[in-house]
Amino acid sequence: MTMLRNLGHWWLGIMARMGRSLIFLVQILFGMHELLLRHPREVVMQLYSVGVLSLLIILVSGLNVGMVLGLQMYNTLVDFGAEAALGPVVALSLVRELGPVVAGLLFAGRAGSALTAEIGLMKATEQLAGMEMMAVDPIRRVVAPRLLAGIISMPLLAAIFSAVGIWGAYFVGVGLLGVDEGAFWSQMQAQIDWRDDVLNGVIKSIVFGVVVTWIAVYEGFDSVPTTEGVSRATTRTVVAASLSVLALDFLLTAMMFNK
Amino acid sequence: MSEIDASRAALPSLVSIRDLKFGYGGRKIFDGVDVEIKRGQVTTIMGPSGTGKTTLLRLIGGQIKPQSGEVVVDGRHVPKLSRQGLYDLRRRIGLLFQTGALFTGLSVYDNVAFPLREHTRLPEKLIRNIVLMKLEAVGLRGARDLMPAELSGGMARRVALARTIVLDPMMIMYDEPFTGQDPITVGVIMKLIRQLNDTLGLTSIVISHDVQEASSISDYLYVLSGGKVVGEGAPDAMKTNESPWVRQFMQGAPDGPVPFHYPADPIDDDLFGMVTA
Repeated sequence: MTMLRNLGHWWLGIMARMGRSLIFLVQILFGMHELLLRHPREVVMQLYSVGVLSLLIILVSGLNVGMVLGLQMYNTLVDFGAEAALGPVVALSLVRELGPVVAGLLFAGRAGSALTAEIGLMKATEQLAGMEMMAVDPIRRVVAPRLLAGIISMPLLAAIFSAVGIWGAYFVGVGLLGVDEGAFWSQMQAQIDWRDDVLNGVIKSIVFGVVVTWIAVYEGFDSVPTTEGVSRATTRTVVAASLSVLALDFLLTAMMFNK
Repeated sequence: MSEIDASRAALPSLVSIRDLKFGYGGRKIFDGVDVEIKRGQVTTIMGPSGTGKTTLLRLIGGQIKPQSGEVVVDGRHVPKLSRQGLYDLRRRIGLLFQTGALFTGLSVYDNVAFPLREHTRLPEKLIRNIVLMKLEAVGLRGARDLMPAELSGGMARRVALARTIVLDPMMIMYDEPFTGQDPITVGVIMKLIRQLNDTLGLTSIVISHDVQEASSISDYLYVLSGGKVVGEGAPDAMKTNESPWVRQFMQGAPDGPVPFHYPADPIDDDLFGMVTA
């Protein structure tokens, strides 16, 4: 009986938290127009902090994933004499799946955790309360630019991840293993569909950008204003955002590519 | 009625708190508190730690709502104000946080300029002049390019004070302004509170448990304890107050109506196994 009651309590807690985060998102969206009109510079600064500073990990990871993918795919395809198909296989894997998903996971770890920690610490050091007492809404002034920057950055980072990954596969496949360069690029061009593959990948990365940044800013804003509270909120962001990316990827893939 | 009390009674109130009741969970913080803050005066709210002094400031600023009772600021019932109404009121009230609450990503100059940039459309040249004047008033014009991490605790509070007065508020609330400061900084902050109040025609509420410092700059004192106002009066009158609560607080006695020991079972029961931890 106690277990049932605890389970119900836990479930109600989750539902209440989801409800609060939804109201929080609506509050942010309502303040977006004012943000763009009055503080465009703040959005640019956050684009640098959230997007540009995530570039290094995206570039290095994209290159590694592309090189490994190129090597593994070559080893499999060569058994069937189909190594010329390396280009489209690698590109499809990256553009449809690995680009948005791995970039989303890296984005949650790098930018998501930083956002939660920053907002949580602003709360713990009374900066948000100070803003409130100066009649400035912290949701519009602090949270909204960070959410917008996350939503803009994520698809760009995913695109860069895919592009660098393809270049990595090209380097291994064509440069080191001798796959024909013409076949690599022409087959890729012929097999990849702009709408079905590229656009769906972009839609995925936008959805991941919204969800990861939303979780990150909410966790920061809702954190207990202590050292331990901010630490827990940061951990929750990485775990919840990563699991959300994986779960949403399955859902979106089922909706987009189910024939 | 003494002469001081009579002249105080003639002053209009800026803040009126009547029969205020507030608590967290089952714990009562305020149980019928009445406080009058008169215009133009420096009023200090004193009391032992944990009596809800900071909570009182948060109630006046509308950050939290009372369970019952009235909080009226400049004729407006704070708990009944809409969000916009509350923001309009807050533009005319400054709160100096205990930590200073400076924005760590902004320089001293940008911290002070922040409220002006948010609430006015003044040209940057005029903002610069105002910011430098406010920094000059707190003696930190030369520190305008420093970042908050480069400031001492006392300097951070003075920068926060410059930011608080930058919109020329009608009232400033100071949350424990002397806590953790060296004697020189305490002296500087005391001088600033009194000087700014008198020269700018402000009303000031100081939350403090530093009896000497608070008494020397205040026109009127309130002592809170156990959720109630246990004493009030001009600083000199408070020193001779008969109330055991006020006497314990003003003299810093370790035991008295505010007990030394946190409520617990008898020590014999605890030590000899009658109560299990």
